[in-house]
Amino acid sequence: MKKIEIDAKGIHYTPLNEMIREAVRDGAEEIVLNNVIGQRFIADGLKGDVTITINGVAGGDLGMFMNGPTCIVNGNCDHAPGNTMDMGTIIVHGSTGDAAAHSMRGGKLFVENNIGYRGGIHMKQYEEEHRPVLVVGGTAHAFLGEYMAGGLILVLGIGKEEPIVDRGIGSGIHGGMIIVRGEVEDEILGIGARKTDFGEEELEMITPYVEEFCEHFGKDPSGLLNMNYTCIVPASTRPFAGKYTWE
Amino acid sequence: MSLGSVPLKYKVSIDREQCMHCMRCIDNCSYGVFHREDDRIIIDSRKCTACHHCISMCPRDAITLKERPVDYRSHPLWTAEAREDIINQARSGKIILSGMGNAKPYPVIFDRLVLDACQVTNPSIDPLREPMELRTYLGKKPSRLEINKKDNGDVELLTKLTPNLKLDTPIMIGHMSYGAISLNAQLSLAKAVEKTGTFMGTGEGGLHEAIYPYQKNMIVQVASGRFGVDINYLERGAAIEIKIGQGAKPGIGGHLPGEKVCQDVSCTRMIPLGSDAISPAPHHDIYSIEDLAQLVRSLKEATEWKKPVFVKIAAVHNAAAIAAGIARSSADAVVIDGFRGGSGATPKVFRDNVGIPIEAAVASVDQKLKDQGIRNKISVIASGGIRNSADIAKSIALGADAVYIGTGALIAMGCRVCGQCYRGMCPWGIATQRPDLVERLDPEVESEHVANLIRSWTLELSELMGAAGINSIESLRSNRSRLRGYMLDEGTLDVLQVKPVGA
Ligand code: SF4
Ligand code: SF4
Repeated sequence: MKKIEIDAKGIHYTPLNEMIREAVRDGAEEIVLNNVIGQRFIADGLKGDVTITINGVAGGDLGMFMNGPTCIVNGNCDHAPGNTMDMGTIIVHGSTGDAAAHSMRGGKLFVENNIGYRGGIHMKQYEEEHRPVLVVGGTAHAFLGEYMAGGLILVLGIGKEEPIVDRGIGSGIHGGMIIVRGEVEDEILGIGARKTDFGEEELEMITPYVEEFCEHFGKDPSGLLNMNYTCIVPASTRPFAGKYTWE
Repeated sequence: MSLGSVPLKYKVSIDREQCMHCMRCIDNCSYGVFHREDDRIIIDSRKCTACHHCISMCPRDAITLKERPVDYRSHPLWTAEAREDIINQARSGKIILSGMGNAKPYPVIFDRLVLDACQVTNPSIDPLREPMELRTYLGKKPSRLEINKKDNGDVELLTKLTPNLKLDTPIMIGHMSYGAISLNAQLSLAKAVEKTGTFMGTGEGGLHEAIYPYQKNMIVQVASGRFGVDINYLERGAAIEIKIGQGAKPGIGGHLPGEKVCQDVSCTRMIPLGSDAISPAPHHDIYSIEDLAQLVRSLKEATEWKKPVFVKIAAVHNAAAIAAGIARSSADAVVIDGFRGGSGATPKVFRDNVGIPIEAAVASVDQKLKDQGIRNKISVIASGGIRNSADIAKSIALGADAVYIGTGALIAMGCRVCGQCYRGMCPWGIATQRPDLVERLDPEVESEHVANLIRSWTLELSELMGAAGINSIESLRSNRSRLRGYMLDEGTLDVLQVKPVGA
């Protein structure tokens, strides 16, 4: 296993990304970036089977358009990690800014603590291998899963009385599913979203993701694998179908 | 009481003397205007959209079509259209969906601008004899070049140049997605741009495999739905265009109805079969000009700064300020789409009322960029309602580097601007995914038609330039002194920075 360490201190994101690409071309399977302090676009458009450990705070658009790699962030993330990502895994030992998993088409994003506004917005899915998953340990702000077209958003609300208090969950959702631990008030659902029952089937579906989450962050899954969840799905898969008449 | 039916929009009739009963019109009409009862062809005029497919295929010129055969009481304010829209909405309670570009009779600024030509004091140039330079480079130009003169006389360029797109003609084809138009239509356009040394846009529909052979002539689009966008798609394109807005519907997103998402469209867009493809109004990772700069850089970073990135906005009041902001990002070109720009499906109220004409938008963008000393940092592409080579020459003289044509290229493939694209039954095989209709469009033949159009306009452009004593497109760009306004008001002349005729 080829491992490469890069000291990112004082390096602009473009040369930093060049160094990462170079390392991947050289066959690195593990890259450790130390002293990362807000460099954007890390692993942007990166393909391959490599694990990048980011020690520090990752800047915006971490893993954008990424296809394959794994990024482990030992710190927080700025906005939109996993933006339009195709495949791969991002694990954040901290919180993220807004628009986490924006337009994500595949892969997984695990956030130990909280995400900002518009998390999982316009996530979409395509065939079996392209089913994105966003798992949030803490809570999410407004417009979670807005315009969602596919995939799964799971909010665990660990340590929270109420898992989510911000409004606009799933406004315009027309595919996929948002699952929140505990109760979700009707008032905070967005237009086009509705609640459904969380059943055995759903529990079975989320179990591997809950387990993977706990594995990444060293938590005990037992208290999280029960029926205490709320499912939010599209009221219709064609939210605009009845909106128009012809000229 | 029932509102009853509104009068016919079109009345179709057959000259029974001329007709030879070949029944071609029945097969040709996808809307079902014609059917056969015993030996007679029965006509249901209410279904007609004036697409002209039957008329163009009738071997006997036996079909006649008349618009609005029934009069209303004439009224300057309460037009037939105003009345019928109200009846439609009183019935439905819905938003009226329309197709193609702005259909209101606003004055056309292009038609009130005239071009200059040489007489006596300066000679015109004969394009037959002299080389005319129409080659256009799109992208950033350095404000100064640093060179190193070597001892042997060679010069070495020290300034690092940013990638530009090299066009043989300043005419490109704008973004029309696979999904909105058929694969055969896209393929025809792709073959045409390859033949003529120019580029076309993919629209927000991904890139179908059949288009891969033409990828070096494709500008791939990234819009708010991010459909079909992955790293391979970005790497295939010759350039990348971020779509912020569209002239036909500034400020709103779009959606491709699930019915149009067939197997092929589904895999090109990378969405499930039959699901609505909804592009939200804004990109939800762009809420400011700084965020836009970030998206530009993320695309550059993903493609290792090897490709130009364009940003397309709809022509709106503050287009100039927005363009100046875009010029300060890492973007290489800004596309301004005027309010006459076409669209497969647009709420009518937007199509007809929102946005500004491309002529004014381009002139003000160019002027603002020059005033701020950043014109070299970005190329300007004009689009939306460009109908002929004169419109192109005028656009360039008003400050554009190149233009996108859309509707014009479709007309070259048969489109009759019937405006029913959103219904997915285009009898010309353009705005449809119905296999029997798509089959009607032969990419070999239609690509030649589109290529011919580009060639004709390029020829005319060089003639116009020659007549004006200009031998390079660069010298026409933003050359307002070669334009005069005819019957344009002072305010508009001021925005265009053009003098009135005779001055
Ligand atoms: S296509 Fe013309 S000639 Fe043939 S049946 Fe129709 S109207 Fe008659
Ligand atoms: S593309 Fe087809 S449907 Fe659309 S305006 Fe042209 S002819 Fe009509």
